[in-house]
Amino acid sequence: MECVEDKVDGTPAILRRVPESALRDALRKMILVRRFEESAEQAYMRGLIHGTMHLSIGQEASAIGMTMLLNDDDYITSTHRGHGHCIGKGADPKRMFAEFFGKETGYCHGRGGSMHIADVSRGNLGANGIVGGGLPIAVGAALSIKKQGRQSVVVCFFGDGANNEGAFHESLNFAAIWKLPVVFVCENNRYGMSMSVERSTAVSHVSQRAAAYDMPGATIDGNRLSDVLQAAADAIARARNGGGPTLIECETYRIRGHSKSDRNRYRTREEIESWGARDPITLFEKQLLECGFIDAAAVQVMRADVEDEIKAALDFAQESPSPEVGELTRDVYSGAPELTRQGVSQ
Amino acid sequence: MNTAMSEVRELTYAQAINEALAIALERDESVFLMGEDIGVYGGAFQVTGGLYERFGPERVMDTPIAELAGAGIAVGAAMTGSRPVYEFQFSDFATLAMEQIVNQAAKMRYMLGGGVSVPVVMRFPAGSGTGAAAQHSQSLEAWFAHVPGLKVVQPSTPHDAKGLLLAALDDPDPVMIFEHKLLYKSKGVVPEGYYVEPLGKAVMRRQGADLTIVATSIMSVRALEAAETLAHDGIDAEVLDLRSIRPIDRQAIIDSVQKTSRLICVYEGVQQLGIGSEIAAIVSESEAFDALDAPIVRLGGADCPLPYNPQLERAAVPQVADIVDAARRLVGGRI
Repeated sequence: MECVEDKVDGTPAILRRVPESALRDALRKMILVRRFEESAEQAYMRGLIHGTMHLSIGQEASAIGMTMLLNDDDYITSTHRGHGHCIGKGADPKRMFAEFFGKETGYCHGRGGSMHIADVSRGNLGANGIVGGGLPIAVGAALSIKKQGRQSVVVCFFGDGANNEGAFHESLNFAAIWKLPVVFVCENNRYGMSMSVERSTAVSHVSQRAAAYDMPGATIDGNRLSDVLQAAADAIARARNGGGPTLIECETYRIRGHSKSDRNRYRTREEIESWGARDPITLFEKQLLECGFIDAAAVQVMRADVEDEIKAALDFAQESPSPEVGELTRDVYSGAPELTRQGVSQ
Repeated sequence: MNTAMSEVRELTYAQAINEALAIALERDESVFLMGEDIGVYGGAFQVTGGLYERFGPERVMDTPIAELAGAGIAVGAAMTGSRPVYEFQFSDFATLAMEQIVNQAAKMRYMLGGGVSVPVVMRFPAGSGTGAAAQHSQSLEAWFAHVPGLKVVQPSTPHDAKGLLLAALDDPDPVMIFEHKLLYKSKGVVPEGYYVEPLGKAVMRRQGADLTIVATSIMSVRALEAAETLAHDGIDAEVLDLRSIRPIDRQAIIDSVQKTSRLICVYEGVQQLGIGSEIAAIVSESEAFDALDAPIVRLGGADCPLPYNPQLERAAVPQVADIVDAARRLVGGRI
């Protein structure tokens, strides 16, 4: 994962190993994630969306870099900060916005909202409202893959907060003893709500914990898509070839607060600005321009195209019907609707 | 073995579960077992004995002592085309895995809009009477029955232990099976081959005219024994074995109480806020309320952790004599 040594003409080797169209697509997806979240935030401020949401603005490189090599039959498990993962795994912003608006056309038919958003048909096993909740599920999916003799992999996203949960320890140990095809991706954005990783975590790098499970671990610049892509390529190849799990720590930063109630009392404006200066989209766009994989005019066209998509998606969401109240208990169980009325007075 | 012989074949409750697991492993290659010491050791209660030798380590998987991820891995595997059966060594240890059961397995289908189901089966050796004290003797099934999205069954006979387990493995949703440890050695007639008992249906173990005893798990066995004693007194008790506490067979309870006019609920879990409270509420909210000739009686676990001393342990959960006594007082108009 030494990108510096791998450079040819200033271009990280990994960027030469994937089709240029895939790189342009990755940039477009990063911009789409950003604009999706900014638009969701605006809609929330205007009172169009209720509840809460956790924005990943500033973390787009890890979400897209880790998912861009995946196929539909690969899986991810995601987190409460999962919009980028969801788009990275192929979800349509139309149905994501519809879910935010609580509409029947949303991915969860208005039952899940931002915190559970997922296109299961694309192998997303769910954004998860419980810190560390997705780790055992990812290992279970990897166990299925191994039993079914498939070449698929699971990318398991979690934050620095989850690395102190018991589920982290148990899951990494299981994946290691059974040599399962999982890539554990810790998006270390420096804070679990208000508690800094320095205060919460005994090791200086989450990746050091890989040693406890005898698996490779690496800390990378999570704001540089090329670094993320290189690490993803190595870990995914290892997993697909039966080499077992890897732990990757993407060092990144959430520019926005933890959720909509955050007043940023635990960090400084200077700190936020210093990370803002290393914006992952700006960095990757610059890299693609310098490498000649895209030109400025094409970037402009791309941004305009994303705006059109966002606008159409918002319109779709707003115009979509709400769920029927009479269908409150639909999908609690798979069949037999009479079962779903348990506990409801008749 | 001819048909006549197979009809009277008896197995223990543990053997019946073992046979159901073997049938499931045989007929569906996506089925596998996970749990602590279920392999060569055969499980803490020898329920999985011989399966490791027959099906190998890939189908009968020993796990580390790590219930949270163990249960969660079963959930993740169930979401992706596998049919795992996860064994908790003692049901008490499920407290370590509540997150994955309650927040994940139970809710995944609903919160993801019906796009996925979680056909996981979990087995919980439960109950007191083995001198294992407070952390290895609990009956926590009511907790799980409080969670929409789960199904919860409590077989009381070898026949049902097999049939309900095979039904659970045929069900698209998470099914929690609470097996009473004292029943593992009990014997009963078990048909050979594949069969299922429906989830969510109570079964009438004894017809009676004077009172209804609705019981769960081992309490069904004790209620039947109590009914025999009561018959000598001229009291004709009806015994309804609930078998499933989520979904719960409301109609069977209502029908029986309408017939007998009296109700005792017997269960091992802590009495307060337990299954009996729900049964009483079902009757109170139904047409059977008007049929009642006496207050509803709950006989449940005492309001304390399960103690070690055998006399104290027996006193902490309903025994046959307690059921007999309550029935006599109820029918005699003394309650």
